[in-house]
Amino acid sequence: MTGIASFYQRSIGKKVVMALTGAFLLFYVVVHMWGNFKIFLGQEQLDHYAEGLKTLGDPLFAEEQVLWLFRIALLAAFLLHIYTAMQLSHMASRGRPVAYKQRKDVQANFASRMMLLGGIAVLLFVIYHLMHFTIGVAHSDFVYGEVFNNVVRGFQEFMGIPAIIYIIAMIFLSMHIYHGAWSIFQTLGLNGPQYNGVLRGLATLIAVVVAIGNISIPLYALFALSPVEVTGWFQSIAGLFGF
Amino acid sequence: MSHDTMDLTLHVWRQKSSKDSGGFVTYVEEARGISEHMSFLEMLDVVNEKLIEKNEDPIAFDHDCREGICGMCGLMINGIAHGPDQTTTCQLHMRVFKEQGITDITIEPWRAKAFPVIKDLVVDRNAFEMIIQAGGYISVSTGSAPDANSLPIPKENADKAMDGASCIGCGACVAACPNASAMLFTSAKIGHLGLLPQGQVERDDRVLRMVNKMDEVGFGGCTNIGECSAVCPKEIGLEFIARMNRDLIRASLAKGDSKKP
Amino acid sequence: MAVETKDKVGVRRTTEYTAVTLESQVPAGPIEKRWDEHRFKMKLVNPANKRKYTVIVVGSGLAGGAAAATMGELGYNVKCFCYQDSPRRAHSIAAQGGINAAKNYRNDGDSIYRLFYDTVKGGDFRSRESNVYRLAQVSVDIIDQCVAQGVPFAREYGGLLDNRSFGGAQVSRTFYARGQTGQQLLLGAYQSLSRQIAAGKVEMHTRSEMIDLIVIDGQARGIVTRDMLTGKIESHLADAVVLGTGGYGNVFYLSTNAKGCNTTAIWRAHRRGAFFANPCFTQIHPTCIPAAGDYQSKLTLMSESLRNDGRIWVPRKQGDKRRASEIPEGERDYYLEERYPSFGNLVPRDVASRNAKYVCDEGRGVGDTGLGVYLDFADAIKRLGKQAIFERYGNLFDMYARITGEDPYEVPMRIYPAIHYTMGGLWVDYNLMSTIPGLFVIGEANFSDHGANRLGASALMQGLADGYFILPYTIGNYLAQAKLPKVSTDHPACREVEVEVETRMKRLLSINGKRSVDSFHRELGDIMWNNCGMSRNEAGLKQALKRIPEIRSEFWENVRVLGKNEELNQSLEKASRVADFMELAELLCLDALERRESCGGHFREESQIDGEAKRDDENFSYAAAWEYSGNVSRPNLHKEPLIFEYVIPSQRSYK
Repeated sequence: MTGIASFYQRSIGKKVVMALTGAFLLFYVVVHMWGNFKIFLGQEQLDHYAEGLKTLGDPLFAEEQVLWLFRIALLAAFLLHIYTAMQLSHMASRGRPVAYKQRKDVQANFASRMMLLGGIAVLLFVIYHLMHFTIGVAHSDFVYGEVFNNVVRGFQEFMGIPAIIYIIAMIFLSMHIYHGAWSIFQTLGLNGPQYNGVLRGLATLIAVVVAIGNISIPLYALFALSPVEVTGWFQSIAGLFGF
Repeated sequence: MSHDTMDLTLHVWRQKSSKDSGGFVTYVEEARGISEHMSFLEMLDVVNEKLIEKNEDPIAFDHDCREGICGMCGLMINGIAHGPDQTTTCQLHMRVFKEQGITDITIEPWRAKAFPVIKDLVVDRNAFEMIIQAGGYISVSTGSAPDANSLPIPKENADKAMDGASCIGCGACVAACPNASAMLFTSAKIGHLGLLPQGQVERDDRVLRMVNKMDEVGFGGCTNIGECSAVCPKEIGLEFIARMNRDLIRASLAKGDSKKP
Repeated sequence: MAVETKDKVGVRRTTEYTAVTLESQVPAGPIEKRWDEHRFKMKLVNPANKRKYTVIVVGSGLAGGAAAATMGELGYNVKCFCYQDSPRRAHSIAAQGGINAAKNYRNDGDSIYRLFYDTVKGGDFRSRESNVYRLAQVSVDIIDQCVAQGVPFAREYGGLLDNRSFGGAQVSRTFYARGQTGQQLLLGAYQSLSRQIAAGKVEMHTRSEMIDLIVIDGQARGIVTRDMLTGKIESHLADAVVLGTGGYGNVFYLSTNAKGCNTTAIWRAHRRGAFFANPCFTQIHPTCIPAAGDYQSKLTLMSESLRNDGRIWVPRKQGDKRRASEIPEGERDYYLEERYPSFGNLVPRDVASRNAKYVCDEGRGVGDTGLGVYLDFADAIKRLGKQAIFERYGNLFDMYARITGEDPYEVPMRIYPAIHYTMGGLWVDYNLMSTIPGLFVIGEANFSDHGANRLGASALMQGLADGYFILPYTIGNYLAQAKLPKVSTDHPACREVEVEVETRMKRLLSINGKRSVDSFHRELGDIMWNNCGMSRNEAGLKQALKRIPEIRSEFWENVRVLGKNEELNQSLEKASRVADFMELAELLCLDALERRESCGGHFREESQIDGEAKRDDENFSYAAAWEYSGNVSRPNLHKEPLIFEYVIPSQRSYK
């Protein structure tokens, strides 16, 4: 293991860890979104999909085994991603002990400068998201197993504020992905002048798809699904847009 | 051609020595009547002449060839390494400020842990020397070379190698990087030598040793932001960093534990 | 002939101020075999013994850097010094065009002999045949060495090295790396040097300036340096000292040299007994960007390849202040095309430069200062299209636009000649040793190979030839034979020189006069440029010789150097350098006055035929080696006669 350990000791080794864990997390984000699209097919389909996740790998694996394995891997990747980010950020802050009085970005985009802050925002959101839909402690009306109802009601309760949080969080996530997806290729050395444009385009595409895809879900829950409890001001905005 | 002059307000970092804490000093009177045809360093020459006249210590700054190739000069000008024109500080001319209507100029030294300030705007870039000494060469002793044409090199590769080799070692990449990373500098040399057949034998060792040294001397890591390339007077591209990353991964896999030099 | 050609080495030359015979140590025999036979006869230092020797190399450019790296590889202990913060910044880096080598890869009839012939002829028959032949011989090894180091020379599509014809050569023998050949060759040497530094064979001292030479018992044994960060004045001892400190073009203040280039190392060595040869041989480059105002700090050269397509002209009328586009064709004077119908705009550097001066002296110069001529691409753009011109000269046009703020595609460029290279330097024998035993001088700092005029793409060749392939041999020959008693820095000679240096710094700091160092340097430069520049005459030189000592004494009474020695003090550094330029300037003018002929870069108005340079082989076929007499104004002249056995002198003509 000394090889890997010494590899990790280098700043580039850490970057590679960021890239690999980031790639895995990005893969998860896309799959997760695809699964959630089942909401558009109705209650039955979504609940069935959620139920199906538990029996993933059947009959080789017992119920929830694969799911938990995946959750553990996800958690590990997530923690490693965060831990490495902290180390790199520490290194970076050591790199320039005296700050400039004036410093301008020449070409850096907002997303690239927001990786750390945006990452923290995403982290906070993930915690909230787990408490909201997985564990249910941040949900006023959580019923284990009733995924569709949990989602719809979860977005609609508290005047739709959870939905707004989700939408804002998805903008952060999307920015993180915009710079992160391209960075994966750059860090793993898969970039070159002839591919750079393509990779930038690909990163943009993934970021936009993730943003629009994920944001469509709370919007759908808010406006398209019998908004019984959606209160006053939200209905009037919805009315403006013709919902 | 007219002799338009400008009146400037300069905020210059002054620091007597590496031990002194330093601070900004504003110069107004000394920076009056600056011709737009002056280079930035000639403008500082004029300010210095006036300071000497007033018995004040002139501003120390590094410079030598003043034609954009030696890499000795380098100032942070209004928050941008080498100032608003993507070139070296010595090739920056005052008409750029005139055109942009800028009369207020803040001048700071490169700032990085690995580039300590020596005096005023002069910094110590020895960390770059250490990176090159760690492996930025091909081990060939004088007299042992085969005929120059015995090894054809595809023009495309030679041209790409030249792109990397054109680095002047000024340090603007480090100065501009929010993390004070030396990835562009290091990767330019690794790319230059790694693209040539002569550089293959030591390719794995070279990248491991140079990257280790780069970390060791206190540069920050890369966050793929690209400020380095955007201020590089020789326009060295980020693909050199990608190439170095690839080489490092490959070398690490091939060599395992090669952290020792 | 007065030159002894016997192969005798290590002769103790006296450094007292008495007449000495200059022994060039040139071997006898057929010229093709001289270097080989000489190498064979040289004494060798046993590999195991090399580590017992220490060599000091001052300067880290092509010559110094290559020599330090190569001697490190051989096993010597090397101490290398440079004033910059890194050896990679030496001014060799600024050379654009290329490097000559007699590889004959183009099969166009090139050979070692032809390169030798062209260089001797190009030097206007004022160089040593044997040295030049050796230079041509080792030129081929240089390219091999550089390619092996990873120098990315330009290549053809087949992957082999590309060549171009340069500076009017009839063959394509110039190797190049874009417009940055000097940079790439220097980085090659720098990388090799870095390898030796890492290996512990070379001890590198950056930001460290040699202020004086230590001579013990007639042998060069060390140097005294000033640490530019702390001001510490320190002796460094060795068994031999090598100076690769470049040229002295900055004596003219404005030149294409880097701001820091100076003469201190060679001038101090001269004062300690090394003869200074042909100081008046300075080269002027015709295609530089003119000075814009009196704040101008340096001049920038543009490749003379521009003259291939640009047409040079000035208005026919004096003081014509119209814009170029408003001057009709009939009122333009394409003076080179008129005077030299066969060569036109492609006349050699000195001819182009001189004629530019003449038209400007007539009041027909262009630009605000009146010191400039047009280099017009309008016809070429009409003929070839803007795109073709962009492809050929795009980077030069960009550079011009950046510096002047004018678009050369729209308005003609303005150019003016500038000092660019100095052929003169410390006198050295065939072994590159000066008249002080143990003091070797390489690259532009010596006088050896270019005679009165250097051909394009030959400076890089000479620097690397000396550094990689000549000095490392000849220094071994010296070390193997010289008696070198052990000395330490306690030696009274060290202390003596240190005190001299300390006193000098203190004195500069204590004058506290009214004028800045730069103001003196500019004034000196003006005098030199006006009286000893492109064209020289007795009256002008005599006037300069009267003025220089006056400024020099004013300098020592009225210069203002602030701060103290024990810190980074850029004014003090400059002051110390300018003080030496003030002395060298006088020698340069004395040499120019003494040489009453026109040859190469030295044009004496008294010596011309039909407005063209007239060389006087009968009286001036010698290298003038000046000995310091203890009085700067009265040096002793020694002459090394130049014998031409292979290339028979002929008069140049470009009409």
